[in-house]
Amino acid sequence: MKNLFIFFIFFALSINISLAASQKSELAQKYKASNSISNKASLQRGAKYYVNYCSGCHSLKYMRMNTLAKDLGIDEVIFSKNLIFANKKIGETMTIPMKEADAIQWFGALPPDLSLTARSKGADYIYAKLNTYYEDDNSVTGYNNIAYPNTSMPHILAELQGGQKIVLDSNNNPISFDKTSEGSFSDKEYKQLTNDITNFLVYVSEPAKLKRYSMGFWVLLFLFIFTILAYYTKKEFWKDVH
Amino acid sequence: MEKVLLRDGEITLHTRERSNKWQMYINIKGTDIFVRKSTGTANLDDAAQIATKYYDQLKSKANSASNSASGVIGWVDERLPILSFVRDHLTNYYAPKNFNFWYFFGSLAFVILFLQIFTGIFLAMHYKPDAKLAFDSVEFIMRDVNLGWLIRYMHSTGASAFFVVVYLHMFRALMYGSFKKPRELIWLFGVFIYLALMAEAFMGYLLPWGQMSYWGAQVIINLFTTIPFIGPELGVWIRGDFAISDPTLTRFFALHIVAVPMVILLLVILHLAALHTVGSNNPDGVEIKKYKDENGVPLDGVPFHPYYTVKDFVGIGVFLFLFSTTVFFMPEMGGYFLEHANFIPANPLVTPEHIAPVWYFTPFYSILRAIPDPAFGALAMALSIVVLFFLPWIDNNPIKSIRYRSMLFRINLFVFVTGFLILGYLGVKAPTPLYSALALRFSEMYFIFFALLFFYSKSRGNFFSYIFAGSMISLITIYDLTRISLDNYILILTGLFLVCAFILFMTISPLYTNLNKEKEVPERVTG
Repeated sequence: MKNLFIFFIFFALSINISLAASQKSELAQKYKASNSISNKASLQRGAKYYVNYCSGCHSLKYMRMNTLAKDLGIDEVIFSKNLIFANKKIGETMTIPMKEADAIQWFGALPPDLSLTARSKGADYIYAKLNTYYEDDNSVTGYNNIAYPNTSMPHILAELQGGQKIVLDSNNNPISFDKTSEGSFSDKEYKQLTNDITNFLVYVSEPAKLKRYSMGFWVLLFLFIFTILAYYTKKEFWKDVH
Repeated sequence: MEKVLLRDGEITLHTRERSNKWQMYINIKGTDIFVRKSTGTANLDDAAQIATKYYDQLKSKANSASNSASGVIGWVDERLPILSFVRDHLTNYYAPKNFNFWYFFGSLAFVILFLQIFTGIFLAMHYKPDAKLAFDSVEFIMRDVNLGWLIRYMHSTGASAFFVVVYLHMFRALMYGSFKKPRELIWLFGVFIYLALMAEAFMGYLLPWGQMSYWGAQVIINLFTTIPFIGPELGVWIRGDFAISDPTLTRFFALHIVAVPMVILLLVILHLAALHTVGSNNPDGVEIKKYKDENGVPLDGVPFHPYYTVKDFVGIGVFLFLFSTTVFFMPEMGGYFLEHANFIPANPLVTPEHIAPVWYFTPFYSILRAIPDPAFGALAMALSIVVLFFLPWIDNNPIKSIRYRSMLFRINLFVFVTGFLILGYLGVKAPTPLYSALALRFSEMYFIFFALLFFYSKSRGNFFSYIFAGSMISLITIYDLTRISLDNYILILTGLFLVCAFILFMTISPLYTNLNKEKEVPERVTG
């Protein structure tokens, strides 16, 4: 039995070791999303911002709208009125009408579906991408990005964030940003906004996460009691073995 | 005149002389019952023999009377030997009483096999084996199927858990010599199960049709194309196309859900049948069948049921607790159980920056990459698995358990396991010159482990030890000489020195120290 506990500890340690992520730019790495999908208000704001700023180009083709309404605690009627623009029904997924050929003509590529981006690239990547746009005259859109260099995506939120330039160190590595103009949001508000969008996309990448945690607690509680009972049953049966 | 012919506990069979004939009585707890008129002979020795025979008959009659059930079970048992099966394999199957922590993993592997089949059936109801639909159908399971996410996570976590448990099960066999005579067949079936499991996991990993599914399969199938002459044709034959595509997916689906599971089930039956024929090994590595009581029950054995069934339930409880922690709170396990890149649909035109197989293949992947030439790398990897089949004939040391084997054996096993884990770690990392050098050295150590097992099979003399060490060292040195250059000589020489020092220590020190001294094996199990 002693070994069992040692095994348990190793298991716990191995989890810590496995939680390592990698990102390229040091500056981009400074941007860590502080998201929590149990924060419903943040998810609701994130959904609102997403629909208003992102969903023109980026689909969420796996996200069913009635699931979204239910999970975020939004009434279906209110949801239909405020968050569904095109001629769609609430049981459908959040696809976009943009055609691939048009998209390629406009942006050079089809804006990717973001249903699973939080799982494939991580929450921090999304948050960093939204925060590290900087003015660059060599770019077609006028903006470049640290987290995704030479991105063809225009800085949709530029009016909210305001303009910024990068500051380079002696080795030409970007180390920080220098504000060039004020946006309609303060720095703090903008960070909050991008964090909400990130949070929303984390939820979208795995809606089951909300259920996973609450169900998991009860399962573990059951197994804990089961194991204790099993242990004392075993002890009782083995009493006569020497 | 009275004479006792037979005594068994509180039962005695005795005779009384009456008119020149011996008449037999059975006495149970002090009450005499007249059972037979006479033994038919006046000779006492013959009478004792007849009494013994008669008593055995009585006993077996009594046994079958108490064992034959009535009702539905009795009806079935007359037509199908279910009761005798339960007796032979559970209630009258004796397992050593001294199983420790390491003996949980056999039953756990069985539980996981059941879980995988059970969850797999439900996944197959919703999954679409079509290159255009596969990825979407997995997301459909994750989002729109009731509890689909739970079933899918149980299945994906179950795959990793299966390998965790199987690796620990194999490590147990190495520690306690469970592969040795008379258990060679159990080990062989076990290695076949392990191979089938690798095939099963590999094919299953293609099904979600993500980037890692696609490119991981690419890497593995390319291994087969390195086989001389038939390689390229073989690759096309496996894929059913010139590249991995829809036909590959559909055939992998068929193999994953029908063919390979059937093979695994058959092998598990053989594994268990062979186990129940010779009986379990134990942490002391002594045979419990050597010492039996008068009823033929091993003195150090306990019936598998109920003793080990209740004990295994504790193991299952702890396992399911850890398993559920993973399923509910970290099903991706930081990208090792479900890789991040696998949430991007397969794209034959975009190669991921870094292709790493799932963690349970990475030690062998490291061995593959350790040799720059793909064909030889594939050969080394194949050898690293094939060598497992020969283990019972490589290690001929009569002592089974690590408890009574020498310090050098323990060091050898410890270094092997550490090396295997390091190889696994290196396999998930992108190769750098240092990592590649380490991977090569630990691949060499992987094979050195088996060479040393052979070396420790019996005590070796001076001549043999030096020749053995010398030939291993020269083999490694010759390979290093073929690849040494001005850029890499420091790495190569350091590695060469360390490996050679290890070999020398492990083979020559027995000649001058008592590091290879083995302990005396007890007659019966301890504790």
